[in-house]
Amino acid sequence: MSKLKPQEEYEKTSAFRFFRWLSGNYDPYVGKVEMKPQEESVVTQETMIERMREAEMVRGKVYDEELNKAARLFHKTYVVMAILFCIALVGVLLVTVSYLPPSGNAANPVNNVVSERYIEQGLEETGALNSVAGMILTYRAFDTFGETNVLFIATCCVMILLMVDDAILKKQEVKNDRRFEPKNDAILQGAAFVLCPIIFIFGIYIILNGHLSPGGGFSGGSIMGAGLILYVSAFGFKKTQRFFDEHIYKIAKITALCMYGLIGTYFYMTGANGIENHIPLGIPGHILSGGIILPIDICVGLEVACTMYAFYALFRRGGL
Amino acid sequence: MDYMRNFPCISIILCLFAGIISSGLRGKAAMWVNTLLLVVNTVLSACTLTYTLTLNEPFVYVMGKFPAPWGNEIRAGVLESLMAFFFCVIMLLSMLGGKHKLADEVEEGKTYLYYVLTDLLLSSLLALIYTNDMFTAYVFVEINTIAACGLIMIRQNGRTIEAAVRYMIMSLLGSGMLLLGLCMLYDLTGHLLMSNMKESVAMIVADGSYEIPLIVAIVLMSVGLCIKSALFPFHAWLPDAYGYSTASSAAMLSSLVSKGYIFLLIKIIYRVIGFNVYHDTRIIDVLFLFGVMGMIFGSLSAIKENDVRRMIAYSSVAQIGYIYMGFGMGTQAGMIASVFHILSHAATKSLLFIAAIGLTDVSGGSRKFIELTGSGYRNKWAGVTFTVGALSMVGVPLFSGFISKLLFAQAAVQNHTKMLPALIVLGISTILNAIYFMKTVIRIYTPVGDAAYTSVTYKDIQSCAVVLVAFIVLNVILGISSQPVVDMIQQGLATFA
Repeated sequence: MSKLKPQEEYEKTSAFRFFRWLSGNYDPYVGKVEMKPQEESVVTQETMIERMREAEMVRGKVYDEELNKAARLFHKTYVVMAILFCIALVGVLLVTVSYLPPSGNAANPVNNVVSERYIEQGLEETGALNSVAGMILTYRAFDTFGETNVLFIATCCVMILLMVDDAILKKQEVKNDRRFEPKNDAILQGAAFVLCPIIFIFGIYIILNGHLSPGGGFSGGSIMGAGLILYVSAFGFKKTQRFFDEHIYKIAKITALCMYGLIGTYFYMTGANGIENHIPLGIPGHILSGGIILPIDICVGLEVACTMYAFYALFRRGGL
Repeated sequence: MDYMRNFPCISIILCLFAGIISSGLRGKAAMWVNTLLLVVNTVLSACTLTYTLTLNEPFVYVMGKFPAPWGNEIRAGVLESLMAFFFCVIMLLSMLGGKHKLADEVEEGKTYLYYVLTDLLLSSLLALIYTNDMFTAYVFVEINTIAACGLIMIRQNGRTIEAAVRYMIMSLLGSGMLLLGLCMLYDLTGHLLMSNMKESVAMIVADGSYEIPLIVAIVLMSVGLCIKSALFPFHAWLPDAYGYSTASSAAMLSSLVSKGYIFLLIKIIYRVIGFNVYHDTRIIDVLFLFGVMGMIFGSLSAIKENDVRRMIAYSSVAQIGYIYMGFGMGTQAGMIASVFHILSHAATKSLLFIAAIGLTDVSGGSRKFIELTGSGYRNKWAGVTFTVGALSMVGVPLFSGFISKLLFAQAAVQNHTKMLPALIVLGISTILNAIYFMKTVIRIYTPVGDAAYTSVTYKDIQSCAVVLVAFIVLNVILGISSQPVVDMIQQGLATFA
């Protein structure tokens, strides 16, 4: 309320109207603009289809590079920038490589006490002729346990994506399994009949000789996995399930990993606390030697074979 | 007391065992194993913390009978055990808080896989915290990456699969760069053990030989870990991954997974490269710049967002920016502030995700702001918790966010060259934080006429309410009695080198 002007004169000023609008007593549109309440939109089948068609059309136009200049520009710049960035990265890495110590030089930093001990005392300390096996399974046993768990968790993730849990879907998958392939292919079965035993024996040989010759759990396990895959593609899941179904898969996997974990834990704990561990190293060169390497190799081999087969089965029909 | 030296090793191994055994159990049993594991690990890391505090210096634990440069080692100091303790507590609370959502969002037969992934995620986080060996770190980074992908995509709809693919591509790019840098560094030093690497790096720097490869290796490792922890220009994968996965996954991914990588970067800076060498490479200026940009652009994206979960996710980008800004200060004070912010952000962000789930549940499952109107009245527990989280994020005294902002400001004042930009951006970012968090708080406490949705009582959400209260308590403890925590961080960083 103004004190300078009388009431009637004040009511004509814009300040008065403004304050009335502010306090909500006055709406400038009332009586001056025709107002109609908004109609409530009704969603029917037709309007839905119309709306979807429009959205589709708009989307087509917006992302059509012929029509949308900005999208075209973005796409082109994107490609150019990506190529430039990759070339720059390659250049930087090439320059870096030229400054790295030359390979095969005796004075390189990598030829230090660490590799010296691995080579010179590896046989004596790990009991393994294969010094790589000695390194990864005795000196750096913890890393390899982690690496085995990487495989394990990868299977879990593939299971999340591909495992079919629903009973009806499962049946359908089983029915569709051989739709595009001949059942009981004679050539394949004949080849598998000869090859499978050899492959299995070769895999077992590589696993058991991991500490004596090149190979070990990872390579032997993948060979055995390949043998299982060949068997299942020749003879079908029904025959395989007589000796390797989901139940046995779970038991084998868990036992292998747990055994590895237990051996590993025993090894870490005794070593760290200065307790003598009672796993004999044996005579180097004998099959029963190498301390913890042989049992760990067997566990890793089992786990890797299971993983390989599980990948194949999950990709093929979403279950073991 | 010496038997406590075994605890870090035992806790990592226990996690792996729990994961392996859970893969043969049904969902419910796996859940109990998981809860038990988290409780046991919390206790174990608390014991380790008290032990390291009495010991006053870090201890090294040889994994096996071969010592330092030949075998694997883990190392626990005050900082490591503090981190481990916090991570276990937050993971326990996140898992308990999001438990009731799992049944809706994960297929019945696959619930046990969720717990397997969580167990292995915890093992990898603990290993990243405790490791003293770069290759062990890399192996567990792999486990961490795969577990995080699984945690995103276990809720199977189109969006989470897309988010998981994006996350996987970016994260693997980061791992690849880390591995490349690691290989180069191994070529230059001939060691994988952190302390030996540091000696060799110091010798290389003193020599002046291999200058270029050293810088490239440092850059590759830093950029790799920045990508994995979603520093500003590399954050494109983040909103989808945090916004659409299940509540527990989002809480754990935002508060633990990215923090694990940041902690690894701290380890690399202090224990592999050496703080002074890292400082002299000027990479910290780049980290500072991107951190500062992240603080602003993350908040701006959050303001634009119309989906409450994605808004919280974008706020993570801003908070990661704070942490990298602390790195970028290049001072001890900045580092302390960053480490404290890791803790405070972990506590607050998981709280916000869990509370947001409570709010969206009483709004018909919609995360749009308009639907959230008045949800603070319908679920009082979640409303109050969300408000606490929002206040903490904005930096109101009494809550943890205030302390980290204070520490950042103190660190900025001590740094002459970066004082002005840091303080200005801190101010701007605080205002932006206030805009979007207070907008949400006002929205959830705007009364809506006749309630369109039913409200919940204490009885409906008993376990969840307890978790929410625990979160609030954790936040307030960090906010009120921050000094002991800051002292521990200081002590830990001092013995870190």
